[in-house]
Amino acid sequence: MTDIAPPPFRNEKALRRLKKRRAADARFRLYGLSAIAFALLALSTLVASIGLQAISAATYHKVEFDVVLDPAVIAPKGKDTPADISRNVDGFYALIRSNLQATFPDAAQDRLTTRQLGDLVTRLAVLPTAKWVSENPTQIGQTATIKVPLSDDLDLYLKGAVSKEFRLRLGDISAVTETAPQQLQLTGAGAFKALESLVDVQRQEVGDAVDARSILISAGATTGRVTRMDEDQAEVTLLTGSASDFSSVRPTARMIALPEPERNVSDLQIAWTLALKEKGRISRVPHTSLLTHTDSTYPELAGALAAIVGSLLTMMVTAFIAIPIGIFASVYLEEFAPRNRLTEIIEVNINNLAAVPSIVFGLLGAAVFLGFFGLPRSAPLVGGLVLALLTLPTIIIASRAALKSVPPSIRAAALGVGASKMQSVFHHVLPVAGPGIFTGAILGMARALGETAPLLLIGMVAFVADVPTGPTDESTALPVLVYSWSTNAERAWEPMTAAVIVILLMFLVTMNGIVVLLRRRFERRW
Amino acid sequence: METTMTESREVSAAGIKMDETQGLTFPRIDCKNIDVFYGDKQAIFDISLPVPDRSVTALIGPSGCGKSTFLRCLNRMNDTIESCKVTGEIIMDGENINDPDIDPVLLRSRVGMVFQKPNPFPKSIYDNIAYGPRIHGLAASREDLDAIVEKSLRRAGLWDEVKDRLTSPGNSLSGGQQQRLCIARAIAVRPEVILMDEPCSALDPVATARIEELIDELRKRYCIVIVTHSMQQAARVSQRTAFFHLGELVEMGETDQIFTNPRERRTEDYITGRFG
Amino acid sequence: MVQQLGHLPMGWLMLALLAMLASGGFFVGRVQAERFAGAGSARVHSRPNYHGYYVAMWTFVPAMGVALAYGLLGDGIVRSMLSSELPANFQDMPRVELDVYLNSIARAAYHQGYSGADRVFSAITNRFLELQGLIKTATIVLAMVCAATGFLLAKRRVAPGFRARNRVEGGIEIFLFLCAAIAIATTVGIVASLLYESLRFFAEIPFWDFLFGTRWNAQTSAEFGALPLFFGTFMIALIAMLIAAPVGLFAAIYLSEYAGPKVRGWVKPILEILAGIPTVVYGFFALLVVAPAIRSVAIWINTTLISTGLASEPLLAAQPTSALAAGLVMGIMVIPFVSSLSDDVINAVPQTLRDAAYAMGATKSETVKHVVLPAALPGIIASLLLAVSRAIGETMIVVMAAGQRARISADPTADLTTITVQIVALLTGETEFDSPKTLSAFALGLVLFVITLFFNLIALRVVQKYREKYD
Repeated sequence: MTDIAPPPFRNEKALRRLKKRRAADARFRLYGLSAIAFALLALSTLVASIGLQAISAATYHKVEFDVVLDPAVIAPKGKDTPADISRNVDGFYALIRSNLQATFPDAAQDRLTTRQLGDLVTRLAVLPTAKWVSENPTQIGQTATIKVPLSDDLDLYLKGAVSKEFRLRLGDISAVTETAPQQLQLTGAGAFKALESLVDVQRQEVGDAVDARSILISAGATTGRVTRMDEDQAEVTLLTGSASDFSSVRPTARMIALPEPERNVSDLQIAWTLALKEKGRISRVPHTSLLTHTDSTYPELAGALAAIVGSLLTMMVTAFIAIPIGIFASVYLEEFAPRNRLTEIIEVNINNLAAVPSIVFGLLGAAVFLGFFGLPRSAPLVGGLVLALLTLPTIIIASRAALKSVPPSIRAAALGVGASKMQSVFHHVLPVAGPGIFTGAILGMARALGETAPLLLIGMVAFVADVPTGPTDESTALPVLVYSWSTNAERAWEPMTAAVIVILLMFLVTMNGIVVLLRRRFERRW
Repeated sequence: METTMTESREVSAAGIKMDETQGLTFPRIDCKNIDVFYGDKQAIFDISLPVPDRSVTALIGPSGCGKSTFLRCLNRMNDTIESCKVTGEIIMDGENINDPDIDPVLLRSRVGMVFQKPNPFPKSIYDNIAYGPRIHGLAASREDLDAIVEKSLRRAGLWDEVKDRLTSPGNSLSGGQQQRLCIARAIAVRPEVILMDEPCSALDPVATARIEELIDELRKRYCIVIVTHSMQQAARVSQRTAFFHLGELVEMGETDQIFTNPRERRTEDYITGRFG
Repeated sequence: MVQQLGHLPMGWLMLALLAMLASGGFFVGRVQAERFAGAGSARVHSRPNYHGYYVAMWTFVPAMGVALAYGLLGDGIVRSMLSSELPANFQDMPRVELDVYLNSIARAAYHQGYSGADRVFSAITNRFLELQGLIKTATIVLAMVCAATGFLLAKRRVAPGFRARNRVEGGIEIFLFLCAAIAIATTVGIVASLLYESLRFFAEIPFWDFLFGTRWNAQTSAEFGALPLFFGTFMIALIAMLIAAPVGLFAAIYLSEYAGPKVRGWVKPILEILAGIPTVVYGFFALLVVAPAIRSVAIWINTTLISTGLASEPLLAAQPTSALAAGLVMGIMVIPFVSSLSDDVINAVPQTLRDAAYAMGATKSETVKHVVLPAALPGIIASLLLAVSRAIGETMIVVMAAGQRARISADPTADLTTITVQIVALLTGETEFDSPKTLSAFALGLVLFVITLFFNLIALRVVQKYREKYD
């Protein structure tokens, strides 16, 4: 028996031991909680990082040009059909270029600066304008205001994504002297003090690397680069604008942390862009071309339209094939199949197919649909077929579960009034299991929408510039687009890819949302 | 350590009188004014019940009357149910074990429980018995553990049948053997009280008889409280019986008296089979 | 004229034809049956509609068979007929070249003929169109003949005592069975195509060199030793499981044992979301966020080790794409596979076992560790196996974040390549279908399929056995 004298629940040894056990208990609970916290943290990091990038791509900068649509340039003799006009990139681009050169006459110095000026806007950016003019030929000869996207690197710069930048306001500039062509000396008592201290602070952080950085000073539409400076005076190379803009104002200074040789945008281009912004010619607008344009090699001109249509076409093919066959197969397996070896094999088969890696289906598609049947590559038809085979097991399993959940009393009642087995299934069981089957189908489609690997293997990774019109046209799909854009080099593709991911996720959220609604609405309690 | 006290006690709850008792020890567990709530619904109404030591107290009553719920209060198993609230005092060795300060984990090593359906762990017979002593640190070495296992199995009357196959799984035994295994498991942590919730209802008559024999042996050492829906079993096995109805304690007294000469009308109706 | 027929749009035509035949059959059958039903002379077994369906079935199915035969074989027949007519120099061409040539003929024929200077090409194209017209017309005629035969035979059966409904339902049942059999067909297709192409591959590259060779240079068709690929797949899957197994398991334990219904109601769906995110999104995340972070950490470790004198040169590879990045993100993706199934099996452990443990004074963690988890073990193992299978077969995350270099390295910050990455690399871009390069992709696919099949079967078996135990 127990030979402990003090009250049993206050036994020293037992209490000590209990304390350790309780501590272990608490630790165990903590592990569980931290596991969940880790998973939630991972999810939110993923969503946040992609979301932030996508927001950056939600708007972009466009430059305004007031040009005269000179027929000699855009519709010269021999090439003045609407078709020719809509393809006349050179002509329209020439209008833009001459406008820029007129705005910044000092840029015409040498080939290098001229090219830098031209790079403010990509050549192909004029295509939508060309199309518009070709459809409204009465505009030829008139003055028009056209808006084209700013080049992707400058767009990134204006969004602050190119480099870290330090900005501050300088003191009053009392005197501006021109010491040499394009070289100015700005004087102002204590005007550059703040700038000096910034440089000192930065020198403490990064050492001599601070000297490689560009410091730009802007006032109005004029910008210059600092070459030497002390508290009261600075020597500035004029990049654009006129010297007089600097007098009697408090200019803005900016230190760009990334040195010019490591950037894609030069100080000169930045100066021009700032000038255009000052003149009100740059506006930040919603990035609708992301949805209305097709793919392009230039980020600012690219859009996901072809991919969206391609995905829709592929989904239609998949749904058209997988959903009926899946439902019929599950009806057979659940209601009619005799319990013999063959059906057992089919069941094991289906369960296994649901877990086969998706890339194997891609191999199947490549070997059989492309190789043996000779169907066209990159077509939504083939993609849809492959995805249908992939989704079929999932739909079958979900439909079977829905059918299983129908109480036997309903079947018995139907048979009791003299309906045949087939009639009881199609008239009574299937309608009751309908919502469950439907939600299973939607979930299957949602999974198929996000599949990439099989589509890659049947050739859907090709660069597709035209919107597909039918299931046999060459096309691409949203997840494939995400993949191919993410492998592009320029930085500007990152926010765009994130934006396409957001589009894709919105589709998925909608589909899953429908499922949740349906489940809630049709939840039956037997 | 038997303390014999003749006593005459008046328990005021529900106007029940407890007879003069001879030869029974003072209450091992004394329950005072126990109420049990599941959420807003009250299941046990102000029950006060002293449970004497070294004897078998049977709780009888129709199904749903709260006997199992009350039993589970005695080892604070109701704590594992979220919505359940137990108020009142349960005095054991001078302490109120219903006090939140008392850790139920230690309590349950002193108040063991055997369930309706035998529930051996999916482990070997040896490990089933050894589990409790292990976690409570009752064995210092492997030899100690072996000794505990053997003692518990002997006390449960199972040793001879399983001594050669201690490593085979617990659920390879027959139903009656499994229940005896569960009793051995409960004994292994050296409890003072054993609670049994309809221990024989899942067993055949032969196994039931063996368990009842065992209970009779065990009561020489332990305080046993048994819930049973069989009045015959209560009559066979217990010394004191308490009759529950609709969450109330209707009557309590010596088993003989309850079954031959009940005081309350409801008790008599139940015993004669008019309901329940 | 026959040439013009070669342009018939067979797809639409057959569809329309079949529809017409089916409805025609239906109406005739039904009208006939209605005559009996109306007369009320004898007891009619089936309603008129069913007679209609019966006739429609027998009209439709033979014609459908012909249409399918055309779809599968028509093109092949035309081509072989054409090839047999070609002059000798064409017959001597290697098979591949002939196929390519015929492809260009077919393309030209499809796009309204050929207007170039090559007279031979033009002549062959015209003949091709003629043959196509011939076969297409033959198909249509054959279809109609079969339909008519079926129609007449079926129509004769329409009678009051005829059990039309049973026949129709029997036909529907066969159709349902065929739908279910497509699942088998898929598996057969997968196995057959993988085996066929792999055997062609192994005809050129010895099997053992493939399995155990350590140098992989498939892009240049030089070496095909797949061992580095197996290693890469294994390593990344290992990293993924090192994350997913503990996190998933503990999350499941917390959700089923500790969490209240409200927490459970929120957290469980959120974990499911992890499973619903397309893997290409994970790949993007791995490429743009995780991989650079790992690279920075690795570089920091390198410089710290060097500056504290513990190493004389950089220890870690610190590549921009790494096994660790891919494995980490893959682990996150796989968490719901472990947690969801484990949660189900833990919940399925009977409460009475837990009660027995509590009643002996066990704490909650002791009960979970010693009683619940061992009872749920088979299901948990199954969930881990399924998770491993998923990790091995995953493609996009590794394609985007793991790397292309086939080598065996214990450094997780180095870039590794896996089976799936190589399959993608080999089959995208230029594809000549017969080179060992593309065939090696199928051999890899076969290995992948066998491995995942192995894991899946064991897992399914375990789950089945487990269900039997507790049902």
